[in-house]
Amino acid sequence: MSDTRPKASAAEGRGVMSYLRSRWILVFLVLEFLFFCFRSEGFANLSALQMLLYYGVLVFLLSVAELFVIITGGIDLSLGYILGFASIVSIKIIQALVAAGLDPALAVLAGVVATLAVGILPGLVNGWLVAYLNVPPFIATFAMLGVCHGISELIINGVYAMGLPKLAADIGSGHLAYLVPGGVLSFFRKPVVERGVAVAEIVPNIVVATAVVVAIFAFVLARTRFGRHVYAIGGNMDAALRAGIPVKRRLLGVYALASFLASLGGVVYAFMYVSGKADAGASLVMDSIAAVVIGGASMFGGSGTMGRTMVGALVIAVLDMGLRMSGTPTFDKYILVGVILILAVIMERYVKERE
Amino acid sequence: MDYLLETRNITKRFGGLTAVDKVSVGVGAGEALALLGDNGAGKSTLIKLVSGVHQPDEGEIWMSGERVRIESPMDALAAGIETIYQDLALAENLDVGANIFLGRERMRRRLGVLKVLDDQGMRDEAQKVLDRLDIHIPSLKKTIRTLSGGQRQAVAISRSIYWDAKVLIMDEPTAALGVAEQKKVLNLVRTLKDQGIGIILISHQMYDVFEVADRLAVMRRGVLVGERVVKDTDPDEVVGLIVGSETVGKER
Repeated sequence: MSDTRPKASAAEGRGVMSYLRSRWILVFLVLEFLFFCFRSEGFANLSALQMLLYYGVLVFLLSVAELFVIITGGIDLSLGYILGFASIVSIKIIQALVAAGLDPALAVLAGVVATLAVGILPGLVNGWLVAYLNVPPFIATFAMLGVCHGISELIINGVYAMGLPKLAADIGSGHLAYLVPGGVLSFFRKPVVERGVAVAEIVPNIVVATAVVVAIFAFVLARTRFGRHVYAIGGNMDAALRAGIPVKRRLLGVYALASFLASLGGVVYAFMYVSGKADAGASLVMDSIAAVVIGGASMFGGSGTMGRTMVGALVIAVLDMGLRMSGTPTFDKYILVGVILILAVIMERYVKERE
Repeated sequence: MDYLLETRNITKRFGGLTAVDKVSVGVGAGEALALLGDNGAGKSTLIKLVSGVHQPDEGEIWMSGERVRIESPMDALAAGIETIYQDLALAENLDVGANIFLGRERMRRRLGVLKVLDDQGMRDEAQKVLDRLDIHIPSLKKTIRTLSGGQRQAVAISRSIYWDAKVLIMDEPTAALGVAEQKKVLNLVRTLKDQGIGIILISHQMYDVFEVADRLAVMRRGVLVGERVVKDTDPDEVVGLIVGSETVGKER
């Protein structure tokens, strides 16, 4: 044991460069942020930061989902369309419940629970195909993408799903707290003030909810037996099997969990935009896979952490918001995400070789 | 001598092929038995019968003087029979503690309700078993990927010992190692013998066999064609048994 200590301090002695190299993505995030601060006016203030997180929540949620799947060595292409499917289902169910005379609050609650229950189904099918029938994840989830897309369009017949109770929209666009100048702090409800009085809004509800979800799943991944098994399966499937890990059940669980998070994203989408559509999450699959890979996970499985994945997701959220605020068309974002993704893979390899 | 693990007239057929034909062989506590034979001689099948991967068509397996039924790998583990295959079955992305406890993770309670992985506890236990086997690994926090081939072998063996292996079956343990590392693994085999573990060693390396094995058993075409006490034989005779250039029918 004792002979490792001098080595460790020698590594520290090599200094800042080595430290920064292994955390290059954090450096990249800071530079990216500073770039947009200079480029677009108003980027570096509290409300813009909150907006950045607000519009980033779907990427955060799907990145968490994709991280679990990618650690097992799989990939889930269907998550974006499961999100779209769930956005429609949630609205249709809540609508039906309200029409049946249920109290709106109860209808919203029951609708969310029902949507999440339905939303796990595509994941269970994915997991069953992958774990029990040995269908490659790419194929199984690609097929599921099509199925979810089709079913969604059938439900809405080519138009948007709309018509949520006001409560849902209030939750979706509301904030945890409001501060009226003069020191009045109120929670959840925006206070009624005279025209022209600025009310400071503090943290959107949805950002808080997402942070809680991310924290829970970070715990699951890093500290529970389930999380350990996810890493073991991705590291060496054969070893996991021989160690008695119920690999098939775990894989089923991972795809169901991913699908659950995507449908949670669908509910969030419905509450944010007060509408649901089949392709609500179409571009989110690329964003979330990119976030996980930018965060240093290997597509071969076995590696990746929640913290680094969230940094990856932030890189995309900052890019998204920065481009929006500087008035650049969103197509630029797709190109840049692609470029950063490739850069990330090259950088990771470079860092590994230096170590 | 009383055997710790013993097969009696064990037979396994695959279709028309008799892969293992009425083999009776055993290993005692603290003894190393080398199992030899050319490719396709039936060594692997015999091992798989004992470790629960295959089920015998005929014959019996006895452990510590009692007949045992081994119908799955889990049964074998429960009986104290551990097999270390060449690929070692380690998760290379996890640390030493996590690997020793893979699939049997140790948990601790936090705040009274939450059960979390007890990584430090697992590493401490790992350190104990490594110390017991006189194995030195610089840092248990490092992933298996950063360890040498010999160290990996040591981790795989430690895992078996930690989970109370009484018989350890080792498939070509030195095949992928450098010379210095081979020596370490052979030393480890001696340590294991000293601690009363029965060892079945499958190896093509005649040097290994003569270095650590006490007895050797040779198979050819599914049949046990000879058993020798290592100190009473020599490599030439053993090679003769393996390729079948001697008349060995009289043996039995």
